[in-house]
Amino acid sequence: MDNIAGSKPGLTWAVHLSVALLVIAWIFPTLGLFVSSFRSADQIATSGWWNAMFPSEQNLTLRAAGPDAQVQDGQLFVIEGNLFDEGVEAVISVWGTSSREIDAYTPGQTAELRGGGEITVEADGTYRLTSTEAFEGSRGPRVFATAVAPPEFSLKNYDTVLGQNVIQRLMMFLAAGAALGAVVFFSLRAARPEMDPGWVKGGAVVVGLGLTVILASVLGLSTGTAAGAEATDSMAQAFFNTLTVTIPATIIPILFAAFAAYALAWMDFPGRALLIAVVVGLLVVPLQLALIPLLKFHNEIGIGKGYLGVWMAHTGFGLPLAIYLLRNYMVGLPRDIIENAKVDGATDFQIFVKIILPLSFPALAAFAIFQFLWTWNDLLVALVFLIDASGETTVMTRQIVELLGTRGGNWEILSTAAFVSITVPLIVFFAMQKYLVRGLLAGSVK
Amino acid sequence: MHPAIQGLITIVIGVGGCIGYFYFSNQFLDKVLFPARGPNAGRNINRANMIRPWLFLFPAIVALGLYLAYPVVETLRLSVTERIPGGGSEFVGFANYAQMFSEPKFWEAMRNNMLWLIIVPAFSTAFGLLAAQLTDRISWGNVAKSIIFMPMAISFVGAAVIWKLVYDTRPEGQDQIGILNAFWVAMGGDPQTWLTIPYLNSILLMIVLIWIQTGFAMVILSAALRGIPEETIEAAIVDGANPFQIFFKIKVPQIMGTIVVVWTTITLVVLKVFDIVFAMTNGQWQTQVLANYMYDKLFRANDWGVGSASAIVIMLLVTPILVWNVHNARKEMR
Repeated sequence: MDNIAGSKPGLTWAVHLSVALLVIAWIFPTLGLFVSSFRSADQIATSGWWNAMFPSEQNLTLRAAGPDAQVQDGQLFVIEGNLFDEGVEAVISVWGTSSREIDAYTPGQTAELRGGGEITVEADGTYRLTSTEAFEGSRGPRVFATAVAPPEFSLKNYDTVLGQNVIQRLMMFLAAGAALGAVVFFSLRAARPEMDPGWVKGGAVVVGLGLTVILASVLGLSTGTAAGAEATDSMAQAFFNTLTVTIPATIIPILFAAFAAYALAWMDFPGRALLIAVVVGLLVVPLQLALIPLLKFHNEIGIGKGYLGVWMAHTGFGLPLAIYLLRNYMVGLPRDIIENAKVDGATDFQIFVKIILPLSFPALAAFAIFQFLWTWNDLLVALVFLIDASGETTVMTRQIVELLGTRGGNWEILSTAAFVSITVPLIVFFAMQKYLVRGLLAGSVK
Repeated sequence: MHPAIQGLITIVIGVGGCIGYFYFSNQFLDKVLFPARGPNAGRNINRANMIRPWLFLFPAIVALGLYLAYPVVETLRLSVTERIPGGGSEFVGFANYAQMFSEPKFWEAMRNNMLWLIIVPAFSTAFGLLAAQLTDRISWGNVAKSIIFMPMAISFVGAAVIWKLVYDTRPEGQDQIGILNAFWVAMGGDPQTWLTIPYLNSILLMIVLIWIQTGFAMVILSAALRGIPEETIEAAIVDGANPFQIFFKIKVPQIMGTIVVVWTTITLVVLKVFDIVFAMTNGQWQTQVLANYMYDKLFRANDWGVGSASAIVIMLLVTPILVWNVHNARKEMR
């Protein structure tokens, strides 16, 4: 279509350019969050994330070594060292010893310290503290410096949010899992070439992920809590809670819906049309209406707030879409197969289990992805049916809202927490996009 | 009990129970209740086949009835009653509605919801149509589509954080870390706290939802565009139509039905929008919307009557779409 009469080269360029602009506009916000999650609080607060690739001027609060490091040099007590951590190559332009005058001195100058003694700071961060009396106390004096620092990215924020070294260990375990998966894949392919490649691939993925999970649960992911992290910062527990909510809430409605969809698609009974109309109607009922009545109901039958309640709620709310999607798909399956099976004496139950379910896999996958994304990303249902006063069953979305309130200015923690929570849906999204698109196309009411 | 184990047990009970129920109830029907043998074999088979659909439907109907149909009725009842301290409730007629209508916050929420209803579906559909049309014509269109589609996978809360960073404000004189203010300052303006400026802040919240929903619109409309018969376009080209004429006069009219579907689907999302407002402004600075107003009433003010009344208002707003969808579904089945 593109190159036939009617399209001009100029227009083609305009198309490329407009798509590029659209794509940039759409990816830019997410990219900002992603980049910010690898920057330190100082870096985020002093320069835009789009500058993260370039050296930036920052106001730093540094600390000289404590009195433990002092050596006696004749009459003088001396502490020498570098203000920056090893490997940091920042250049100091001005510095000061009080937070009110952070630009009092230039590199090479010597400043009087309030507690006695003098300090000289060079541009590269080396300093020399001298005093005629011995230094006392536990910590060294603070130095406020304005320095041009090279771009720096680290996993420190992830240590704060998830626990020490979680990312590194997860990568290690994943690498081990991938290696085992590859071994299984290639040896199976060599030993049993007649096997369906899809099954071989699936088996290898399952084995690899299994090893990762086993390693993670045996060796543990975190090596401790990072310094300075507060209890509210920890997303690790919320991550597992979210997973606990999501998996049953995704699996259970599928079966309920599949049987119902089969009946609505391939069985004849009075009231079928009415039932389908009811399902279509319920598809749009706002779940807001269900909050109070169901909370009351859950309290009356004694399950109150908790996992059981949230699983049941998600199952109920997901059912109309599931039934609708699956019915639309099953109706399109070839009539011949089903009638032949009936002639051969198969019961409805057998037809359903042996023919319909395997053939409906794309629709089942599409709904599973929808339901997974929806339950993972949900806030309202979890707030109402799950999270009680103890706060132990909090989910990630709730945790992030909490962080927005309590640490709204701490972008390093917020961005990292938010990024952790959107990683899993993004992986699912990119891996299963094909099914998601199919599901969307089938699920929008025609 | 550890929640993970509890979850595992629930999966096993849920899945196993479901399969067991279907298997054994079918067995019971065929073997015990109406066995397909003996003198009444023929009649029994017919009877079994009349009952079987309901066996298949039973769990779904119970769940749907309990979790969606019953709450509609119960919410309606709650909206005309008031809780009495110490349990029980009394009928108060339309007092809850009257109280709600007298609150300026409610009208603010209504006004904002109407704005959301107009702006978000319009822009999402327009951007989606634009993206669908443009990406279909270029070689890297699929990559572009994936990226525009990606926000669909991101939670509203995650999106709220992402966009809060975009709208962030630093005092004058400091480097701006929010891209919007960075632009604004570069253009010569003073840094603004965007989310506290009434009307504009509602628009900024809507942008978040437009950003999320455009991908959805794009995917559906892109499929519809591809379904257009080639001949109609070729004929237009032969007649000398330019690309814009082809798009607006040939393609758009042919996919009008799909555009309406996309529009109504996004409208439904908008009516229920809660998380974005809850996480970004919590209805402050005149950004209140109905769903958040309802949450406030139900769980902060603990006023079930007014909360239920506002839920009924949301339901009423959804009803035209509900009727339209059911009407279409029935038409299609005939």
